[in-house]
Amino acid sequence: MSSSSTLASESIRTPWSEFWRKFRRQKVAVAAGVFLILLVLVALLAPWIAPYDPAAPDYEHVLEGPSWLHWAGTDDYGRDILSRIMHGAGISLMVGFLAVTIGGIVGIMLGLISGFYEGWMDRVIMRICDVLLAFPGILLAIGIVAILGPGIENVIWAVAVFSIPVFARLVRGSTLALKRAVYVDAARAIGVRNAILMARHILPGALPSVIVYFSMRFGTSILTAASLSFIGLGAQPPTPEWGAMLSAGRSFIGVADHLTFFPGLAIFLTVLAFNLLGDGLRDALDPKLSQV
Amino acid sequence: MLRYLVQRLIGILPVLLLISVLVFAFVHLLPGDPARLVAGQDATEQDVAVVRTALGLDRPLWEQYITYVGNVLQGDFGTSLKTRRAVSDEIGERFMPTFWLTVISMAWATVFGLVIGVSSAVRRGRWQDHGGMLVAVSGISLPSFWLGLLLIDWFSVRLGWFPTSGYGTWAHFVLPSITLGAGVAAVMARFTRSSFIEIAREDYVRTARAKGVFERLVVWKHVLRNALIPIITMVGLQFGFLLGGSIVVETVFAWPGLGRLLVDSVSFRDYPVIQAEILLFSLEFILINLLVDVLYALVNPEIRYR
Repeated sequence: MSSSSTLASESIRTPWSEFWRKFRRQKVAVAAGVFLILLVLVALLAPWIAPYDPAAPDYEHVLEGPSWLHWAGTDDYGRDILSRIMHGAGISLMVGFLAVTIGGIVGIMLGLISGFYEGWMDRVIMRICDVLLAFPGILLAIGIVAILGPGIENVIWAVAVFSIPVFARLVRGSTLALKRAVYVDAARAIGVRNAILMARHILPGALPSVIVYFSMRFGTSILTAASLSFIGLGAQPPTPEWGAMLSAGRSFIGVADHLTFFPGLAIFLTVLAFNLLGDGLRDALDPKLSQV
Repeated sequence: MLRYLVQRLIGILPVLLLISVLVFAFVHLLPGDPARLVAGQDATEQDVAVVRTALGLDRPLWEQYITYVGNVLQGDFGTSLKTRRAVSDEIGERFMPTFWLTVISMAWATVFGLVIGVSSAVRRGRWQDHGGMLVAVSGISLPSFWLGLLLIDWFSVRLGWFPTSGYGTWAHFVLPSITLGAGVAAVMARFTRSSFIEIAREDYVRTARAKGVFERLVVWKHVLRNALIPIITMVGLQFGFLLGGSIVVETVFAWPGLGRLLVDSVSFRDYPVIQAEILLFSLEFILINLLVDVLYALVNPEIRYR
C-alpha cells in the first residue's frame, strides 16, 4: 500500500471504512444501534444504577401507577417495575446472545461442510435443515422444553436449535460460490488443508451475510424466549424476566395496566431495535440481500 | 403434472418416517420412567410393573415402534393422563377453533399485507413507503402476547366492545385474529414490496410501459400477477408460523384450541397428548407445504416440466 500524494489526502478504503461510510447514512439503524449499546450498559450496570432492589417487596406501595418515585409503577408486591425491567434486560440479552451464538456456530460449521464437500453429506444436512426450517420455531422449542423441562437454560437450547438451519443454508450458499474463487484455488494449489481453507479463506467471505442474520435472529430469539416464559415454560415468576413479568401481570389487566405495559414495551423496543439494525446492516454490508 | 404430484408425494415419505420416529422417541427421551408417569408418583412398584406390561413398554423398542405406528394409523393416540379420555377425542374437539382462528387471521393478514406492500412499492421512497415499512417492521417486532393484552385492555375492559376471552360468537374472533395475524401481515407487506419491486424491473414491464399500456394496467396485470407467485409460497410458509403463533395467542385469550391444549399438556407432562399434537402439527405442516408446491407448479409451468 504505497500512498501517493493524491491518495494521502483521501482516506484509504478498507472494507471496514467502506462499511462504516454506508452504515452511517442509515440514520434509523444507527439510532437502533445506539439504543442497543445503551441497553447493554443498563444491563451491565443494573445492580448500581437501578433505583430499587428488584426483589424487595414494599407492601406500603402495592400496584401503584407510574409516579416520580416509581417511574414505571410498582407490582402486586410493591416491587419497582423499572428496576425489575433493568435487571431483566441482562437476562433477555444473554438468552438472545447465547441462543444465536450457539445456533450460529453450529449452523456455520454445517453450512461450510455442506457447501464445501457437497455429495451425500450435503444432501443429508440440507434435508434435515429443510425439516427444521419448515417447522414453526416455537413448536420445536416447546417440544424441546417438554423433554428438557421448563427453565431459562433449556429455553436457550430450544431457541438455538431453530437458528441452526438459517445459518447453515446461508453459509452453504456463500461457500458454494466462494470455493470456486481463484484465490481459493490458489490456496489449495499451495497445499492449504481443507479445514484451513474453510476457516480462513471461505468463511470471511460469508461473514457479511452472517452478521446481518445474526442481528435479525437476535431479535427473533429474544421474542421467542419471552413467549416461552409468557406461557410458563421459560423463566419462572420471581425472576425479573420480561415475558415472565408480563405473565404475572396478566391478572391485573384493567386494574393496573402498567404491570404488563412496561415489560411488553421493553420487549417490543429491544426486538424492534435489532430488526432495524439488521435492516441497516443488510443495506450497508450485503446489497444483494436487500433486493431493492 | 401427475408425475410431479407423485414425485412430491413420494418425497414426503422419508419426512413422515423421520417425524414418526422422533415423535415415538419423544417418550423415551423424557427423563424418568414413562410407566411411572402413567401410573402416578404414589403408585407402588407392582402397579408400575402392571402399567408397563399393559402399555407394552417392556417389549423391544422396534416392536413398540411398530405397534405405535399401527395404532396411529387406526386413529388411536392413546389416553390422556390428565383427563383419562381418548386423545383423539380431546384433539377432535379442539381442532375446529384453531382451524377457524388461523384461517381468519391468514385471510385478513394477506389482504392487509398485500395492500401495504403494493402501496409501498408503487410509491417507493416516498412517505407512504416509509410509513408502511415502519408499520411492518413494528409488526414483526411486536410480541403477540403484549398486543393481545393491550387489545383486551382497550377494547374489552375499557370500551366493552368485545369479550375478553372464550369462544362462541363472531365477536370472540375479532381480537384473537387481529393479534395472531399482525405479525403475518407485517411479513407479507415486506415481502410483497420487495417481490413487487423486483418484478417491476423486468424487461417485459418496461416493454409494456414503452408500448403505452396504462400505468394501472401495468401494475395490476403485468407486475402484481407475476409477483403473486412468490407470494403464494410465502402465504403457505406463514401458515406454519400462524400454527406456532396460535399457541401463544390461545393462551392469552383462553381459546379452547390445540395451542392451549399443547401448553397445558406440557405443563402437566401429559405425554400422549403432546405426542399426538406434535404429530398433528407436523402433518398439517407437511400438507400445507405440499399444497403450496402444487399451487406453485400450477401457476408456474417451469417447475412442472423440469
